[in-house]
Amino acid sequence: MGGSYYESNADLLNIELQLLLDAIFLRYGYDFRDYSKAHIKRRILHRLSISQLSTVTELQDRILRSREFFIDFLDDLSINVTEMFRDPEFYKSFRENIIPKLKTYTFFKIWHAGCATGEEVYSLAILLQEEGLLDRCQVYATDFNRKVLEIAKEGVYQKADIEQYERNYQLSGGKKKLADYYQSMYGSVMLNKELSNRIVFADHNLVTDSVFAEVNLILCRNVLIYFEKKLQDNVMYLLYQSLVPSGILCLGTKESIKFTRVEKLFDIVDEKQKIYKKKIV
Amino acid sequence: MYKAIVIGTSYGGIEALRLILPQFEENFPLPVIVVLHIGEHSNDLFIRHLNNMCKLAVKEADSNEPVLPGYIYFAPPNYHLQVEDDFTFSLSTDVKLNFSRPSIDILFESAAWAYKNTLIGTILTGANSDGANGLKIIKEMGGKTIVQNPCHAIASAMPKAALKAVMPDIRLNIEEIAGKLIELAYSK
Ligand SMILES: C[S@@+](CC[C@H](N)C(=O)[O-])C[C@H]1O[C@@H](n2cnc3c(N)ncnc32)[C@H](O)[C@@H]1O
Repeated sequence: MGGSYYESNADLLNIELQLLLDAIFLRYGYDFRDYSKAHIKRRILHRLSISQLSTVTELQDRILRSREFFIDFLDDLSINVTEMFRDPEFYKSFRENIIPKLKTYTFFKIWHAGCATGEEVYSLAILLQEEGLLDRCQVYATDFNRKVLEIAKEGVYQKADIEQYERNYQLSGGKKKLADYYQSMYGSVMLNKELSNRIVFADHNLVTDSVFAEVNLILCRNVLIYFEKKLQDNVMYLLYQSLVPSGILCLGTKESIKFTRVEKLFDIVDEKQKIYKKKIV
Repeated sequence: MYKAIVIGTSYGGIEALRLILPQFEENFPLPVIVVLHIGEHSNDLFIRHLNNMCKLAVKEADSNEPVLPGYIYFAPPNYHLQVEDDFTFSLSTDVKLNFSRPSIDILFESAAWAYKNTLIGTILTGANSDGANGLKIIKEMGGKTIVQNPCHAIASAMPKAALKAVMPDIRLNIEEIAGKLIELAYSK
């Protein structure tokens, strides 16, 4: 069955999908009900096509009865793709517009929400180190997927990707060579330990958990694009609440506070790179 | 009768789109959604250029934006573009498919689920096989499928792969495609 069966029963697919997401929420507490559905649908159909299962209802049965199976399935639903210095222009703008402000603080807190396997966290740590600020901050990096957090803690990445990261780093206005920040070992690179001294990785779900901490700076990039409008609004508000007055919010390049509940609550620092500053009310 | 047009193209796509998109009049009744493989970099320039040439408004699709007639939407570079069942866009940074992000397959498949038999899918010139699977799904769900004649395409691999995956309803040379799309768009 799988894809071709559902092509002539599209409404049935939507019903079974909704039931599956309800079931996952009731059983495991992960709430995907207000995530964009096209991606979930594609992943589920793909999962059916490579397994012995023929309907979403059968898949639901497996998921309800096996936590292990569910944990694997969670990987289908969460998109963990990331890179170091992704969107170099963003880091460049950050250096220009945010670093001078951070330099006026004796101590500050940063929250990476939806940090995936950590590349973004280490990228910012490198930048802060170059600006002499890493010792002055506490970094929280959270995700709801424990598997990616384990990888993030290790700070070991594929050598094959390094060339791209080096290019990104240079474009972002890096002051040295990326190679100064890692040790090569066989097919991998391991980031220098001093980068992670200030970082705490932790499990946090933006949809079902509450405010994580009060911080001066939040990076929540390429997470909100997976949410439907209403959920985007709610999570934006949670981010807003987690910032101190004048705190900085950085979103992904295709995310924006425009047309959301928090639009009027921030000033724009860099429209294109999606950097905002919480207003003092 | 039709509700949307999706177009997929890569190598030679800019030239091909320049022959098609400016021919749509201001009151063109269908939204047009395009995936053009253009590399990771911004396509601001290209969009501005097309905007000057076209009577319809040309823009990059935004997340949660409603899909409306009067617009030609492009997938942003480095993001997959999808149409949701409520006819809004969603974006994703998921892994590349067919070495491509944006991937034509991902747009076509999601649009097929949303529009079912009211979708027109079009594959133009291109140098890889992205889009073939997506076009097949459009066809299976009752939509109309168009493939550019590979013999005259700047790059034939993409239309050839599409022809291999699916017997399209219509196969045309590039000069004839705009006319056909207009005819279908106004058909009852
Ligand atoms: C595409 S990655 C973004 C990684 C990084 N911020 C970047 O921009 O490269 C999205 C991450 O968000 C996480 N995520 C999705 N929903 C979440 C939720 N409700 N709570 C916490 N993290 C979530 C996923 O597990 C994934 O690791």
